[in-house]
Amino acid sequence: MLLFADDQDNRVIVTVLGKDKVGIIAGVTGVLAQVNANILDISQTIMQEFLVMVMLVDISRCHVDFGTLKNLLMAKGEEIGVQVNAQHEEVFRFMHRI
Amino acid sequence: MPLSFSSSEIYETIRMVQMENLDIRTITMGISLRDCAGGKPGRLRQRVYDKICRCAQNLVQTGVEIEQDFGIPIVNKRISVTPVALIADGYSPEDFVQLAQTLDRAAETTGVNFLGGFSALVHKGMTAGDASLISAIPSALSTTERVCSSVNVATTKAGINMDAVALMGRIIKETAALTADRDGIGCAKLVVFCNVPEDNPFMAGAFHGVGEPECVINVGVSGPGVVLRAIQKHPGADFGTLATAIKQTAFKITRMGELVGRAASHKLGVPFGIVDLSLAPTPAIGDSVADILEAMGLERCGTHGTTAALALLNDAVKKGGAMASSYVGGLSGAFIPVSEDAGMIAAVEAGALSLDKLEAMTCVCSVGLDMIAVPGDTPSETLAAIIADEAAIGMINGKTTAVRIIPAPGKKEGDLVEFGGLLGRAPVMKVHPFGAAAFVTRGGRIPAPLQALTN
Repeated sequence: MLLFADDQDNRVIVTVLGKDKVGIIAGVTGVLAQVNANILDISQTIMQEFLVMVMLVDISRCHVDFGTLKNLLMAKGEEIGVQVNAQHEEVFRFMHRI
Repeated sequence: MPLSFSSSEIYETIRMVQMENLDIRTITMGISLRDCAGGKPGRLRQRVYDKICRCAQNLVQTGVEIEQDFGIPIVNKRISVTPVALIADGYSPEDFVQLAQTLDRAAETTGVNFLGGFSALVHKGMTAGDASLISAIPSALSTTERVCSSVNVATTKAGINMDAVALMGRIIKETAALTADRDGIGCAKLVVFCNVPEDNPFMAGAFHGVGEPECVINVGVSGPGVVLRAIQKHPGADFGTLATAIKQTAFKITRMGELVGRAASHKLGVPFGIVDLSLAPTPAIGDSVADILEAMGLERCGTHGTTAALALLNDAVKKGGAMASSYVGGLSGAFIPVSEDAGMIAAVEAGALSLDKLEAMTCVCSVGLDMIAVPGDTPSETLAAIIADEAAIGMINGKTTAVRIIPAPGKKEGDLVEFGGLLGRAPVMKVHPFGAAAFVTRGGRIPAPLQALTN
C-alpha cells in the first residue's frame, strides 16, 4: 500500500472552475510561484462558457503549509471571481482507483 | 509526473462534496475502559476521565486536519467506550449517574459532541451492575449533554429478555419525564437493541465491545444526496441499471470513508477498525433516504412498494460498499430515522408513513424504529411492546434492530417536537390504542429461535 508515502503526501490537486476570462491561469499560477509550489501537470477545458482547469502540484518545497496555501488560493479565486479548490491527490486516487 | 485521473473524475468528486452533501458522518474512537475497573467509585471516575482524555486528546484536531487535507467534511468526532456496566458492576445507581457525568466532562474536554457507552448487555439476564446502570439512565441522560446510552435486550442466540424489555419501556418514560422541558430529548440519546454490533461508530448506539482492542478508529460514511443524484440520472431505468448506479456510488462514498479512516489511524497511531457502510440522512434538504425512495418512483415514502425499494437500496449500498473497504462492520445499511430526514418528516406529515410501515421497513434495512416521537401519554407497556416487536424482527432475521423512541411529554398525535441540530424535528406519530400489558409483563425470556442452532 503506497498510501501516505512521502512523495504522494506532497502532491495536491488544484482545481479552478469559473467563467472564462483573461488572467485566470496567471493569477492562480502566480500564487503557486510565490510560495515555491511546482506545477507538475496542467490541463484545461472549456465546458460551455466555463473554464475547468486542473493542476497537479508538488508542494514538497513549498514555503508555507498546505492550509495556508489553500487560503491563499481561495483568496485569489475570490479576487478574480473563480472557485479554486486544493485537495491532496489521495482523495481522487482513492475514490476512483482500487 | 502526469495526472493519473481524468478531470471529469476530479470534478465528480468535487461535485459530490460541494453540491450533494457527501461527507464523513463520524470518526469514532473506541476506547477500552476495562483497565479502569476496580476500587472506590471516585478513583474509577478519575481513571476513566484520565484515560479518555489521554487517548482522545488529538482526535478532534486530527479530524480537522484531515478535513483540510482532503477537502471532505467530517461532521462529527466522537468517542465510544466499553459498556460501563462492565467496569462498574456492583456500584449503586447514584455512582453510575456520577460516572455518566464524568464521561460527559471527558467528552467536553476532548471536544467531541457525543460519547457512547453508557450501556449494558442484558439479552439473557441482568447482573446487579446492569440493573443499577439501567435504573440510572433517566438521571444520567437528564444531567449530561453528550453521553449516549444503549441497552441490548435480545440476540438471535439468546432470545429476548422480556423482563429487560418491560423495564426499558418504563425507563424510556422516566427519561422523557426528566427531560420534559426539552420535549423528552433524553430519549434521543437512548437506544434499545437486538443483536447490537460491537464496533458501531454511529450514535446513540455506539460502544466499544468486549472483543475490541485497546483503542480503535471506526468511521461512518454518509451520502444520501450523492445516491439520490445517481438515481435521478436514470429516470426510467430497469432495476438492474438502478442497482448498478447505486453500487457504483456507494463504492465511491465508502472509498472516502476508507481513506479518512486510514488517514486518522495513521495520524493518531491507533489501529483502524471498520468502515460502517451506512446511508445516514441529515435534516438538510437533499440529504434524505426518503427522497431516494421517492426518486425510484414512489409517490410518497411509506406507500406500498416502499419496503421493496428500500430493500434494493440497502442491498446495493452494501454490495458497492463492501468492495471499497478492507474491513466493513458496524450497522452497515440505510438508516431511516424520522426526525433526522426531511423526506421522512414530510411523508409522516402527509399521512403516507406510519409506525407500522416503518416497522416493516426495518425488516430490510438497518437499523430500526429510529428517532420516532409518539404521544406523551403512551403507556410504558406499549413502548415495551414496540421494542419487543423490533427485537423479534432482529432475532428471527439475524440482524441488528433498535428502538429509539421519544414519548414526548404533553404532546399528542400531529404535534411537532423540535430537538435541533442533527437530531432534527419529529412529528408525533400515532400508536395503536389497544394495550399489550398482559403480554409484555408475563416475565422471563422469549426463547432463542431455531435460527440460533447453527452449530
